Amino acid sequence: MPEATYLDANELVINMGPQHPATHGVLRVKLRLDGERVLGTECIIGYLHRGVEKIAENRTYVQFAPYVDRMDYVAAVTNGMGYCEAVEKLMGVELPPRAQYTRMILAELQRIASHLLWLGTHALDIGAMTPVFYTFREREEILKIFENYCGARLTTHAFRIGGLQYDLYDGFEKDATKFCDYLLPKIDEYEELLSTNRIWMNRTKKVGVLSGKDAIALGVTGPVLRGSGVKWDIRKVQPYEAYDKVEFEIPTGQNGDTYDRYIVRIQEMRQSVRIIRQSVERLAPGPIFGKVGKVIKPPAAEVYHSIEAPKGELGYFVVSDGSTHPYRVRVRPPSFVNLEALDIMSRGHLVADIVAIIGTLDIVLGEVDR
Amino acid sequence: MALSSDTLFLLGVAVVKVVVVLLVLLTAIAYIVWLERKLVAHIQSRWGPYRVGPYGLMQPMADGLKFLFKEDIVPLEVDRFVYWLAPFLSFTLAMLTFAVIPFGGSFKLFGHEIYLQIADLNVGLLYIFAVTSLGVYSIALAGWSSNSKYPLFGGLRSSAQMISYELSLGLAVVGTLMISGSLSLRDIVNSQTGTWHLAGTNTFLPHWNIFVQPVGFIVYFIAAIAETNRIPFDLPEGETELVGGYHTEYSSFKFAMFFMAEYANMVTVSCIATLLFFGGWHGPVFGPAWLHVLLPVFWFALKVFCFLFFYIWTRGTLPRFRYDQLMAFGWKFLLPVALLNILATSFVVAWIGT
Repeated sequence: MPEATYLDANELVINMGPQHPATHGVLRVKLRLDGERVLGTECIIGYLHRGVEKIAENRTYVQFAPYVDRMDYVAAVTNGMGYCEAVEKLMGVELPPRAQYTRMILAELQRIASHLLWLGTHALDIGAMTPVFYTFREREEILKIFENYCGARLTTHAFRIGGLQYDLYDGFEKDATKFCDYLLPKIDEYEELLSTNRIWMNRTKKVGVLSGKDAIALGVTGPVLRGSGVKWDIRKVQPYEAYDKVEFEIPTGQNGDTYDRYIVRIQEMRQSVRIIRQSVERLAPGPIFGKVGKVIKPPAAEVYHSIEAPKGELGYFVVSDGSTHPYRVRVRPPSFVNLEALDIMSRGHLVADIVAIIGTLDIVLGEVDR
Repeated sequence: MALSSDTLFLLGVAVVKVVVVLLVLLTAIAYIVWLERKLVAHIQSRWGPYRVGPYGLMQPMADGLKFLFKEDIVPLEVDRFVYWLAPFLSFTLAMLTFAVIPFGGSFKLFGHEIYLQIADLNVGLLYIFAVTSLGVYSIALAGWSSNSKYPLFGGLRSSAQMISYELSLGLAVVGTLMISGSLSLRDIVNSQTGTWHLAGTNTFLPHWNIFVQPVGFIVYFIAAIAETNRIPFDLPEGETELVGGYHTEYSSFKFAMFFMAEYANMVTVSCIATLLFFGGWHGPVFGPAWLHVLLPVFWFALKVFCFLFFYIWTRGTLPRFRYDQLMAFGWKFLLPVALLNILATSFVVAWIGT
């Protein structure tokens, strides 16, 4: 006799996404629920897969550069920076200081923009609908600076392999400093709205706890790792550009919960402002390109280079066969790795917490799926 | 038997009152939506609607027309009858409560005393609670009949939430009932006439219940926000979690009915708060006789508007509670506080008399 199939009445499988207001794009999460309690999650990704890595094999090094902007489309500048640096490392090119500081300023502005976007959407997920408009207002100022610099706002393609395409426009230094002065009180305003808000604290404290040990084991990076109390920032441990010449601190959390990650990101914005101020002071007139030939043709070798993107460690593994086309490019996207932590963080929590946890991981599906 | 002219006259007056209240109410609901969009927009440093008419004042009409012209999609697997019933129930019940809400004093017309109220039930308050608690059916039925998981979640959450907060809501107003000694809303308002006298001296504070029932009022107001499913208690429709909650599968005018019912309920609870705690239509009255009739209506509307403003303000500021926190707050905090308030009030009332 065949075994009778029965329905487990205690378990409800619910499909969250790929079209859902709070999954930040086309993430699909299969939730197994007991009432409101989450028994387990399963992420199904690939809805935004565009084969970025494969495209690289059919493009020259220069042609491929704009494609990386479309991975983490809310932090295009840092994405482009990582790629350019990886190829520069392959060719052994040293950048002049003006190019380095320019890259740092723009990258830190991008970090602030990315964190602002995260803060707004995260708060929106938890039900506070106002911060998103405030953070977008501030983000707009950053996008204006990008637009003035390179003509694009979102997918900037701001840098070129070996340096910068454009020198800074007149008044850039003033714009950057003015923005720093403008931003700091605004961050205080967000904190006033959220940091001590009882409902906000109830919703984020002890939610999605990730211990430092688990975080390291899963390989998560960026603010998610630092929120768990691990002091790890590529800018400090493997300095690139001129990050070893500026002073800044690495904010860390203690409990590894959603609230700590929120505080870490808020503090990081303040640290970014510090870096921008110092870099602007050190901007001296000079060349903006290192010694690269007209044709980018790196020697046959392979290289892994990683930078601290707003969302964590963004690594590029580039294999060159000595031609003008990369033999293979592999990206280590922070969002993809951080998303692995969703299951362990959300078990035993409620449905509403899933939304908070997806928000706190700060994922961008363009980067997860590539 | 032929009806006497008096009866016919009173019948005519009643019909006129019903029509006027319904029209005013529907317009008010439309413009509360406009007000909410405008206010929240300004809180969020935006302009809000401004394209349709001056200051976007025609926006509610445009929205209404849009709802009417939208395709009415009925998903395949729904329980048809219940699926249809739920929005109608929701809207009808929300409208029914206004039958007993007094919005002004009275005036004489052709020798008849005409009260600004559709029906003065002697159990008006009980009637309102009875009707609003039926409202939970519409949401539970909508969630159930949609035959979809997200609406089911929304329906379950909201049944639990509304039943829990209904208790606190009902208990919070018991204090005022003990003070006024009546369930008729008109009597409760009339018991709040004049000013408070403390040890024989006139304090010039209006004789409103809020000054003797502050705890009752706070409990009432918090429970009312939960009862109307507004932020920070808007779990049943928490859009970032449950997409649209119980009305996910509804479209076109059926959705509009849920929408209007929500705003009508907002007006209801604001009206009750005004009547029970803030002296209803009482306020400074002066000028000619017609002003004596209209000013109270104005004061009443102004007080209700203040509550609605507060509602919208809250929405622009606070995040959303989580389900378990909401339940804990309702049962472990609001309910005991409401009970203690009743206990304290009853002792005081027994001691000094009503």
